[in-house]
Amino acid sequence: MLQAVNISKSFPGVKALKGVNLNFYPAKVNAILGENGAGKSTLLKILTGVYPDYEGEIHLNGQVVKFNHIKDAQKAGISIIHQELNLIPTLTIAENIFLGQEIENQWGMLDYSGMKKVTNQLLQRLELKLSPDTLVQNLKVGEQQLIEIAKALLIDAQVILMDEPTSALTNAEIDNLHRIIAELKKEGKTIVYISHKMDELFRIAEKYTVMRDGCSVAEGDMFDTTEHALIRQMVGREVTIEKKAKTQISQEVILNIQNFTLPHPKLKNRNLLDDISLNLHQGEILGIFGLMGAGRTELLESIFGLNSTALKGSMVIHQKPVKIQSPKDAIANGIAFVTEDRKTEGLVLGMNIASNISLTTLASDKLLDTRQEQQNAQSYIDSLAIKTPSSLQLCLNLSGGNQQKVVLAKWLATNPSILMLDEPTRGIDINAKNEIYELIKKLSQEGKSFIVVSSEIPELLALADRFLVMSGGRITAELSAEEANEDKLLKAAIL
Amino acid sequence: MNKELLKKSQSLIALLLLCIVISILSDKFLSANNIWNVLRQISVNVCISTGMTLVVLMAGIDLSVGSVLAFTSVICAGLLKDGITIGALNIHVGFTIFGGILAAIIVGLLIGLFNGLVITKFSLPPFVATLAMLTIARGATMLYTQGIPISNLGPKFEYIGSGWLIGIPVPVWISILLVLLVVFISQKTAFGRHIYAIGGNEKAAFLSGINIQVTKLIVYGISGMMAAVGGIMVTSRLNSAQPNAGASYELDSIAAVVIGGTSLSGGIGTVTGTVIGAAIIGVLNNGLVLLNVSPFWQQVVKGLVILLAVIIDRKSKK
Repeated sequence: MLQAVNISKSFPGVKALKGVNLNFYPAKVNAILGENGAGKSTLLKILTGVYPDYEGEIHLNGQVVKFNHIKDAQKAGISIIHQELNLIPTLTIAENIFLGQEIENQWGMLDYSGMKKVTNQLLQRLELKLSPDTLVQNLKVGEQQLIEIAKALLIDAQVILMDEPTSALTNAEIDNLHRIIAELKKEGKTIVYISHKMDELFRIAEKYTVMRDGCSVAEGDMFDTTEHALIRQMVGREVTIEKKAKTQISQEVILNIQNFTLPHPKLKNRNLLDDISLNLHQGEILGIFGLMGAGRTELLESIFGLNSTALKGSMVIHQKPVKIQSPKDAIANGIAFVTEDRKTEGLVLGMNIASNISLTTLASDKLLDTRQEQQNAQSYIDSLAIKTPSSLQLCLNLSGGNQQKVVLAKWLATNPSILMLDEPTRGIDINAKNEIYELIKKLSQEGKSFIVVSSEIPELLALADRFLVMSGGRITAELSAEEANEDKLLKAAIL
Repeated sequence: MNKELLKKSQSLIALLLLCIVISILSDKFLSANNIWNVLRQISVNVCISTGMTLVVLMAGIDLSVGSVLAFTSVICAGLLKDGITIGALNIHVGFTIFGGILAAIIVGLLIGLFNGLVITKFSLPPFVATLAMLTIARGATMLYTQGIPISNLGPKFEYIGSGWLIGIPVPVWISILLVLLVVFISQKTAFGRHIYAIGGNEKAAFLSGINIQVTKLIVYGISGMMAAVGGIMVTSRLNSAQPNAGASYELDSIAAVVIGGTSLSGGIGTVTGTVIGAAIIGVLNNGLVLLNVSPFWQQVVKGLVILLAVIIDRKSKK
């Protein structure tokens, strides 16, 4: 039996886990539930040796264990299957399965026939009709997932952790995975299963633990609980969410999207966006909720012109039909896009604040005016309360919250009428969060329109005038601010 | 603040130290003759490295510069000497010095643009695209000359590489002007800022509405042009176009860029740093010759200096 005893973990500025207690029972499927940001991934990383620094203890079969490295956890029989699979696409199935524990003959050369033999046995056990020599890149996602399981079987893992294993699988593949899980269970293995999909959990899991805000808040038997009760525990009653006060929204439609459909680049018959239509009014904050993979980011990217070749559908801005094919077009049409990942998509970290802010507005027919740039940056530093000694500070030296404010400043500099924010407060502390909320509300009162995508329900409830919920590339619910609550949003998201 | 200044000027300090050491070991080093000689020698590398700096700032690389130098060199010399004859139409076009030079620069530009086009349109890694061009341009040079140098281009043309203007060698003037121009472009124009942004974070630059493809195209074009200018200087200095000219110049120019503190992963660095880098390589070469060090050892020493420079740079940035 694997136990996490009173585990805490801090990152600079954030306490990710606050005394978590969990029990994982052998020969059972143990579900972990929780909203994004509840601390599930951090916990998994501690259990598998990725984060060796933590407080508290891990008990394995009654003994305290400490993993300093992924290898330590593997040796102890704990294996993890990540949401993003860790396979090397250009190597064969056999090479992937034996990566890091290759069989060698007495001359130190690879024993291919030996490895293929074992691989064949593993593939048979998983009922995969594949040759060990097949390149992993030629496999379907579901098959790749099973190769990961084969890796776990090879090291004879007693505990197998699965993080959202079915998010990219078809129904048939899900059934096959569940059949294999049932067999592993019979062999006495401990399965830890993280998923947002309630129906799946009720089908295969016996035990559950609910995590919220870095704590384990409930545990028990699946047969003893209901979907409704679990959602309530995930969201938490004691968290008082300040819903946004009702504001009068203008009826003027700023942005109208008709039938956006975006086919999946690889899978046929699957759409990343499936016939999405929406209106955005002047001064409105439209909240879009959905779980990972629901198509939220793809929607924003499509509006911004990043998928213009594959995208079907039409768009009207200020009553005029527009065709946006690049970020340049989008900016010219008054659209700003604060992307999800400020480090890889938002900022040039090695450049200073002033240069980052002016990046969206540099005119090619004028010389750079660094003094003007700095004055401009200083005005944003003052109005957005960016904490920095000067506008010449490099962005990599700023905290997450201040970096996010620079990204906002860079987009406000384009004087947009529509701002799209993707996870605007991810990974930043609560104070900076509130500052950003206030700023968004103030700008909306000045007439700017917002589309805010977030997986944090309290955030959306605090901001949005209206809600859309996405799941599987479709809009599954539209709720007004009065109707919306955590329960309804989450239910529509797992539809 | 003082620490910052020290970090920024550390390659300059290294250059000064190097000069002091060599002048102690050899009394010939500080003679006027030798100093002009060194400056003249480095001006070719300065030209090429200046263009290379823009490429590297954008997280790219241009391995074709040496071959482009040779190709533009023989084009320039060939046109000056023989012009263009189209037999079927019985037309002969002669080239003035200005015409020959302009043609060479345009050829350099076109090759650079072609590099840029291959890199942006087919999303080839710059290393591969320009490595291919290295071979293509060298082969074209051999085809054009059949491996035979084109010599005796006239005393007027020689002036560019060997002449003096107000007491300073002409190639030094040319490289000073070009360096000033590129410093201006990189520091004072939106285009220059775009180069830094693309090298620092291409995705963020793209999402900020910057036209990545056009910027890359122009930068590779500039690099090709700079190689052509280097080619013209070399040709004029020797009064002859050598088909083997410019071999391994790409390595010297990348070395100058790196010693000058520009990061090969892009986004960080300056053209002035590169000029100092080129000067360090030039002074080192000259010093080793003055000290009668064998040419074989010269290569070893140069390589060690590059390693040392980059290690120091990495450490000071941490």
